[in-house]
Amino acid sequence: MNNNRSTLTSVLSRFDSLWRLAITILVLLGAWQAIVTVFAMPPFILPPPLLVFEKLISNYSLLFNHALITLSEIILGLFFGISLGLLFALQMLLFKPVRRWLLPVLVASQAIPVFALAPILMLWFGYGMTSKVVMAALIIFFPITTTCFDGLRHTPTGYLDLAHTMGANRWRQLWYIRFPAALPTLASGIRVAVVVAPIGAVVGEWVGSSGGLGYLMLQSNARMQIADMFAALIVLAMFSIGLYYLTDRLLKRFIPWHRESAGH
Amino acid sequence: MTSVQISRASLHYDHAPMPVFSDLELLLPAAQWTCLLGESGCGKTSLLRLLAGLIEPQHQMSGEISCSDGLPIENRIAYMAQQDLLLPWLTVLDNICLKAKLSQGKIEAHQYHRARELLVQLNLSGIEKSLPDQLSGGMRQRVALARTLMQDTPIVLMDEPFSALDAVNRYKLQALATEVLQDRTVLFITHDPQEALRLADHLYIFNDAQLIPLALPSSVPPRAINAELGAFQQTLLRKMHSHYE
Repeated sequence: MNNNRSTLTSVLSRFDSLWRLAITILVLLGAWQAIVTVFAMPPFILPPPLLVFEKLISNYSLLFNHALITLSEIILGLFFGISLGLLFALQMLLFKPVRRWLLPVLVASQAIPVFALAPILMLWFGYGMTSKVVMAALIIFFPITTTCFDGLRHTPTGYLDLAHTMGANRWRQLWYIRFPAALPTLASGIRVAVVVAPIGAVVGEWVGSSGGLGYLMLQSNARMQIADMFAALIVLAMFSIGLYYLTDRLLKRFIPWHRESAGH
Repeated sequence: MTSVQISRASLHYDHAPMPVFSDLELLLPAAQWTCLLGESGCGKTSLLRLLAGLIEPQHQMSGEISCSDGLPIENRIAYMAQQDLLLPWLTVLDNICLKAKLSQGKIEAHQYHRARELLVQLNLSGIEKSLPDQLSGGMRQRVALARTLMQDTPIVLMDEPFSALDAVNRYKLQALATEVLQDRTVLFITHDPQEALRLADHLYIFNDAQLIPLALPSSVPPRAINAELGAFQQTLLRKMHSHYE
C-alpha cells in the first residue's frame, strides 16, 4: 500500500516536472514570437520560431551530421580533459615537488584566455577534429584538476585516522578512502566540465573547421540564412542540455551519498 | 589480554608555546576500562592520539608505551571517535569489515560471516545492505561498535564515542559497550562526569597536564544511575569545578 502510494507520488512528481518544462518552453517560444511580431523583426535579424522549426525539419540530416561531429569533439574532449585532470590531481597529491611547482603554473595559466589559443591550436593541430578536441580538453582541464585535487586533499581527517589505525598502506588509503571521499567534489567539477566543453568545441569550429555545428552556424551567418543558424543553435543547446542531464543522472546513480553529504 | 603502561610521555606541538603534557605516567590495566575526564582542550584527546600513533612526526613527542605481553602496540588498537566515521559509500556490512579491506585488500567469506554474527549480537540484523545515511544516529554508532569489535584488537581507544547521541541511546550504548568490550583493555575519554562514573574501572581527571586519580562507587560497571552514583557525581563536579577555577 505504502509502496503503491510512493510510486504514485513519484509518477505525479515526474508529470509535475514535465508540465513545468512544457510550460517554460511554451512561454519562451511565446515571448520569442511576441518580440518578432511587436518589433516587426525581419527574418534575417530574428526569425520567428515557426520558421526555425521548419528549418529543423527540412535540414534534419545536415544538422544531424554536423551535430555528430560536434558531439564527438565534445565527448573526446571530455574524455581527455577528465583523464588528464585526474592524472595531474593524483600527481600533485602524491608528489610534493610536483604540487609545489605545478600548482602555481596551473593557476597562472588560467590568466591566458583559452579562446585566444584557438588560432594557435589550429596552426598546430590543423583544421580537423584534433584541434577542437584539444580546445575542449584544455578548457575543462583546470576545473577538473582543481576540484579533484581539492577533493583528494580534504578527506575528513577522521577517515584517515581510522584507516591509519587499521594499518592501511598509502595506496589502499588512496583507493579505498581518499578517492571515494573526493568523488562528490569531483562530480561538481565534471558537471562544470560538461557545460563548458561544448563552448570549447564550438569556438574551435568558429576559428577554422570543415564541419560541426559551429561551422554550420558560421556558414549560415555568412549567407544571411539566420533561421538555419538558429536551428543549429537549438540543436547544440539540446545536445548540451541532454549531455548535462545524462551526466547528472549518472553521477547521482553512482554517487548516491552525494546529496546527503552536500547537505551537511 | 594485555595491560598498557605509558611512561614519561611528553608531547609538544610544533609552533605551540607550551607542551600539552610532559612526563605523564598512566597504566591501563588489562581487560578494564580506564576513563579520562577533562574539559575540552585539556590534552586528553592528544594522549589518546599518541597511543593510537596518530600524532604527526613533525611534533615533538617522547616517552615509552609498553604492553604487558611484550608485543608492540602497533596494529593492536581499535579506535572509536565521537563521529561514527562510517564511510558513506560502503554498506553497513562492508563498513564493519573495513579493516580487512584496508589491511588485506579484500574481505574473506568467513569475515562477512563474523560481521553478520556481530550485527545479530548488537541487535542490528536486517541492515547489512543499507548505507550509513539510511540509519539513525544510535544505529550508526552501534555499527561503529560492531566495526570496532570486528577489528578484534586487545586494546580499544574511545574518544567520546557516545557524546553525539540522545540520552536514551547513550544510556543503552554505554551498557552494550561495556558488555561486548569486557575482555578488552579500554581507554575511554569523556567530558561527562556521569558517563565516566558509570563506565570506569579506573577514573582520572586530566587537569593542568596532570592525571589525578579519583574514587569510584564499589559496584561493577555499567553502574546504575542511583543515589550513590549521584553523590559521587556531586563530589566529582565540585572537584572539577575547583580544578577548572
